[in-house]
Amino acid sequence: MALISKEEIRKPENLIYKKTPLLTDKPLSYCPGCGHGTAHRIVMEVLEEMGIQDKTIGIAPVGCSVLAYEFMNIDMQQAAHGRAPAVATAVKRLNPDKFVFTYQGDGDLAAIGTAETIHACNRGENIVIIFINNGIYGMTGGQMAPTTLPGMKSSTSPYGRDVHTMGNPLKITELIAQLPGTIYVTRQAVHTPGNVRKTKKAVRKAFENQKLNKGLSFVEIVSNCNSGWKMAPVKSNEWMVENMFPYYPLGDIKVNED
Amino acid sequence: MAKVVGDIVIDIEKCKGCSVCIPACPNDVIALSKNVNGKGYNYAETINEECIGCANCAIVCPDGVITVYRKKLD
Amino acid sequence: MKELRLMKGNEAFAEAAIRAGADGYFGYPITPQSEVMEYLMAEKPHERTGMVVLQAESEVAAINMVYGGAACGKRVLTSSSSPGISLKQEGISYIAGAELPCVILNVVRGGPGLGTIQPSQSDYFQSTKGGGHGDYKLIVLAPSSVQEMADFARLGFDLAFKYRNPVLVLSDGAIGQMMEKVELDEQRPRFTEAEIISNTPWATTGKTIDRERNIVTSLDLDSGKQELHNLALQAKYREIEHNETRYEAISCDDAEYLIVAYGTSARLSQKAVDLLRAEGYKVGLLRPITLFPFPSAIIAKLAGQVKGILTVEMSAGQMIEDVRLAVGCRVKVEHFGRMGGIIPSPTEVVEAMHTKIIGG
Repeated sequence: MALISKEEIRKPENLIYKKTPLLTDKPLSYCPGCGHGTAHRIVMEVLEEMGIQDKTIGIAPVGCSVLAYEFMNIDMQQAAHGRAPAVATAVKRLNPDKFVFTYQGDGDLAAIGTAETIHACNRGENIVIIFINNGIYGMTGGQMAPTTLPGMKSSTSPYGRDVHTMGNPLKITELIAQLPGTIYVTRQAVHTPGNVRKTKKAVRKAFENQKLNKGLSFVEIVSNCNSGWKMAPVKSNEWMVENMFPYYPLGDIKVNED
Repeated sequence: MAKVVGDIVIDIEKCKGCSVCIPACPNDVIALSKNVNGKGYNYAETINEECIGCANCAIVCPDGVITVYRKKLD
Repeated sequence: MKELRLMKGNEAFAEAAIRAGADGYFGYPITPQSEVMEYLMAEKPHERTGMVVLQAESEVAAINMVYGGAACGKRVLTSSSSPGISLKQEGISYIAGAELPCVILNVVRGGPGLGTIQPSQSDYFQSTKGGGHGDYKLIVLAPSSVQEMADFARLGFDLAFKYRNPVLVLSDGAIGQMMEKVELDEQRPRFTEAEIISNTPWATTGKTIDRERNIVTSLDLDSGKQELHNLALQAKYREIEHNETRYEAISCDDAEYLIVAYGTSARLSQKAVDLLRAEGYKVGLLRPITLFPFPSAIIAKLAGQVKGILTVEMSAGQMIEDVRLAVGCRVKVEHFGRMGGIIPSPTEVVEAMHTKIIGG
């Protein structure tokens, strides 16, 4: 089969994909198979392709991704739990020529930070919000999150989420899509090559919106938490497709082209 | 028709053996090694020479450990 | 050119902040400090200097906006009153931990809980002993006049940037609401982008190829590094104590008795000193201007000279603990104060001086 040696293929002119230099060389602290790494890379690839590394300020609040600044090779602020949209609001208002994004998990964005999320969206802050929804608190050890599915087991819903006593999963993405301040609201995933490509397009669109001062773009990425869900990585992705996607269907929720 | 050949280079010390790349490959090029890396993970490795350089494995790799090359053969 | 105006304390603070070259104000309404944001909104500082003014959805959001702005090297501030300042404590702890400069105004009202909208000084502990979690100190400035409300907006920014530390202006409902003559400084320009990059090279201004990325965080999971960070903070606080202790000593040279009071209590205590001196008692007033750093050395020195010390505070007695620490057990130190939003009268202070110190 080999008509050509590996050495001949592995030449610089044949390189078609390598990790973006906007990710540092530090090994990611995430569990094997966690979608966070892919999501990080997508955001950094978009910044690289747009050539805006020197104009971008990222904000990562408490959660698994609180250490995002270790991996993203851009200026970053670590924020208090839930407060990233407020932090980003000021950063953007005071630096309208900079690109500003938050990178938040579901507990952060949809529980403790609900007010900051809704009001930043409602004011139409000209920022990008990247929202990783894996239906669980990963960093603190797999507790129930606002987005945990009905019946889903977690360390604080060990018999499954009982919606009568624990409330219903919060579809915050649909909720903020109702607000006039949001310009682009979409839900994507990163578990297959096709989904990664779609997510990257969505993230690119979100930053292009910011470039055009259009308002707030919100990209939800439904992701796995194999540790919290207690599954092997590939199995967790299958479980996500079967269980998370019916409740959190993928696709654009709001695209305002005006 | 021009034939395309590809190859991947896996940074095995940074691979966590999550296997997400394995189902992403259209030609079943990747499998987990029986050996482990310094972190104790069974890392991904190529098991045949069917790679077409599609980069599917690299773009789903959460840890960004795969570099992809592709060459057209005339 | 300086300008003379008749203004409320809250308005003077707001106007002085604009003139100090502030880049952004983020607040949430609460009595008795709402005039700060009302004044700023009416004044349209964006048209005057480019300053941003934003009404946040909560005090929590407002202090985190301050965090974001400060992390960009901007001159940013917020204001609130006691219950709102309690809400801000999480953010203040993060700001102190990340060593960010900012100015926070607390126009204190009576507590605990929703308390009252009337003036009080019952947030002394919260202001000087931490307030939020962790070992940290704010630089605390205590104005006792509308003029100082204006002066401390600018001084606050200057100290905040000198030490990369949050500055709290600890006022009260009386100073915030009363009108007095105030001399306002000339407009100082806002920082330029070049000044920010050169003066605050740690700020998140966008990673250029000529430097490593800037990270603003209060997190370090490595305990050894976190301890080193804490030691550096403590060293900074000692430096602030050494350099920035401020006080006013009134009629202290020949004093046989001393009153220690700040803010509104200092104003009425000054009248009490006059009344007591008219009665023939040699009473002095020591007014701490900085509550952290606390003027312990001068109080310790005066303790060697006087027969007794009365602290006057609109609280159950909080600053008295620092006065007693400074004095040791050398002379008697007693407290007089009113709570619940009541401002004591000078004659009440005179009476307390007689019963607790002179005759006590």
